[in-house]
Amino acid sequence: MRILSLAGRRLAASVPTVLLILIGIFLLLQFAPGDTVDAMMAQMGGGDAATARELRKFYGLDLSVAAQLGNYLWRLVRFDLGFSAIYGKPVVTVIAERLPATLLLMISALSFAFFFGLVLGVVAARRVNKWPDTLISTLGLIFYATPSFWFGLMAIVVFSIYLQWFPPGGLEDITTVNTGLWRVLDIARHLVLPTLTLGFIYLAIYLRIMRASMLEVQNLDFVRTARAKGLDETRVVVRHVLRNALLPMVTLIGLQAGTMLGGSVVVESVFSLPGLGRLAYESVIQRDLNTLLGIVFVSALVVIAVNFVTDLLYARLDPRITSGV
Amino acid sequence: MDAIKRYLRSPPAVIGLVLLVIVLAMALSAGWLFPRDPLSLAGRPLQWPMANPRFWLGTDNSGRDIAAQIFYGARISLLIGLVATLVSIVIGIVIGALAGYYGGRTDTVLMRLTEAFQTLPNFLLLLVLVAVFGSNIATVTIAIGVVSWPAPARLTRAEFLSLRNREFVQAARTPGMRDLRLIFGEILPNALPPVIVYASVVMAVAILLESALAFLRLSDPNVASWGNLIGLGRDVLRSEWYVSAIPGLAILVTVLAVSLVGQGLNDAFNPRLKGR
Repeated sequence: MRILSLAGRRLAASVPTVLLILIGIFLLLQFAPGDTVDAMMAQMGGGDAATARELRKFYGLDLSVAAQLGNYLWRLVRFDLGFSAIYGKPVVTVIAERLPATLLLMISALSFAFFFGLVLGVVAARRVNKWPDTLISTLGLIFYATPSFWFGLMAIVVFSIYLQWFPPGGLEDITTVNTGLWRVLDIARHLVLPTLTLGFIYLAIYLRIMRASMLEVQNLDFVRTARAKGLDETRVVVRHVLRNALLPMVTLIGLQAGTMLGGSVVVESVFSLPGLGRLAYESVIQRDLNTLLGIVFVSALVVIAVNFVTDLLYARLDPRITSGV
Repeated sequence: MDAIKRYLRSPPAVIGLVLLVIVLAMALSAGWLFPRDPLSLAGRPLQWPMANPRFWLGTDNSGRDIAAQIFYGARISLLIGLVATLVSIVIGIVIGALAGYYGGRTDTVLMRLTEAFQTLPNFLLLLVLVAVFGSNIATVTIAIGVVSWPAPARLTRAEFLSLRNREFVQAARTPGMRDLRLIFGEILPNALPPVIVYASVVMAVAILLESALAFLRLSDPNVASWGNLIGLGRDVLRSEWYVSAIPGLAILVTVLAVSLVGQGLNDAFNPRLKGR
């Protein structure tokens, strides 16, 4: 329970942060050339100034900036993100349709990066400065320097065009209707390349942090004590070193959640996945500012949710956090 | 002197330096090797590398010389990387120094702001900035700098927190030195080295961010940027994959060089941390 109250307090502290972000982005978007009505008029094929005035009045765009901001925040409290003139649907609906693909991609990329980063980091730290360490560290540096969209394109060339192992894009096969397990397998097959593309950069970061923190923990007194007690090597590494070395990795998940969402913009447009990132890109191109603002709000919520989960995990790994305060 | 010797003794750091010098040489020699506009029509489109001795890296879908675009692209990437890094480091230092030096309410407000920036996915903010302010090379560069300042700010703040009550600061304060001179004249020079080393990380990320923007066709289309070329090559990926492959390698080498040099500098100036 103490864990929950601690994490809950941090959650409450993030409310002003979200407010700050929304107000900032709202004011920023006031500088954008053209508003929703301009975009709608363009879609209708033009119209006279009177119609534009009517529409602005209807959408409350003729009010002062402060009044508009107040209206927006008040609607937000009721989770009404406004209406997307481009998609012709409420923004909440548009985002809800796109969110699952992004979450799926993020979770699979994160699991991939976390698991392999952990394993490779441990292997590198166990053989520090020998050839496995050099090989793993070099690969890590190269993955880190690779632009993800380029990696994705090259993966498409090799695995989709030449080897034809995986489909080059999309979330599922639209030519056949799959149900149940087959649908799950089909989506999984479509997600392999995007997961690798998004995951490799984070894999590089995780393995570097894991290696460093393993090396640090390995030389602490309690590890020497464990060895002196006669515990076998595997037990020392798994129960004593690994558990403590994991703490920085967990912190990193929380810190990286935001950049990962940002990275999915690029990966989703390389693999034409119907996700939140591509929606953000499309709404920038189409000047759909209501949707863009909604995406900013939802992604801030996702980042805060990830941080909440990280707090819980952290407390589970290190009991001192809850008992100490 | 010791630091230079330590730097040169580390093979990865030397490799990084060599790669960086090569990229710099490419950037400097671009105008001399390829006097024509790299974005002008040069020959038949989609010639494979080595197929025509005039275009040893081939031509892209609109018949422009890829080699010329790679050389001029080195200029753009380094320029955007350097300027964006400078912008983010300056913002980061000012905010971090004020927060760390004054503490209290100033610190709370500035750190809330930093947190807000870190909660917002930086690429998303970059998209918003480009949507609002347009996408010519100056705005793109400044926008990249504006989204990357939180980490340097946190680093500077941490340094200031540990330095602000040291004896040399108190000694300077006793004769009545003003706050601004204390911050920028006394504490900052001592807080600077780790921030400068961190700048290499910012620069690597800035180059990657610009190339991603250019790939999405949201950067300046009128400059020879590697990301632009990759985005262009995507249209012919099925058959002429080299159009995308070559500029990608250029980005990889540049980012790798910047990170290796940064790592090398870090190890050379903090020898105790080496091997981590």
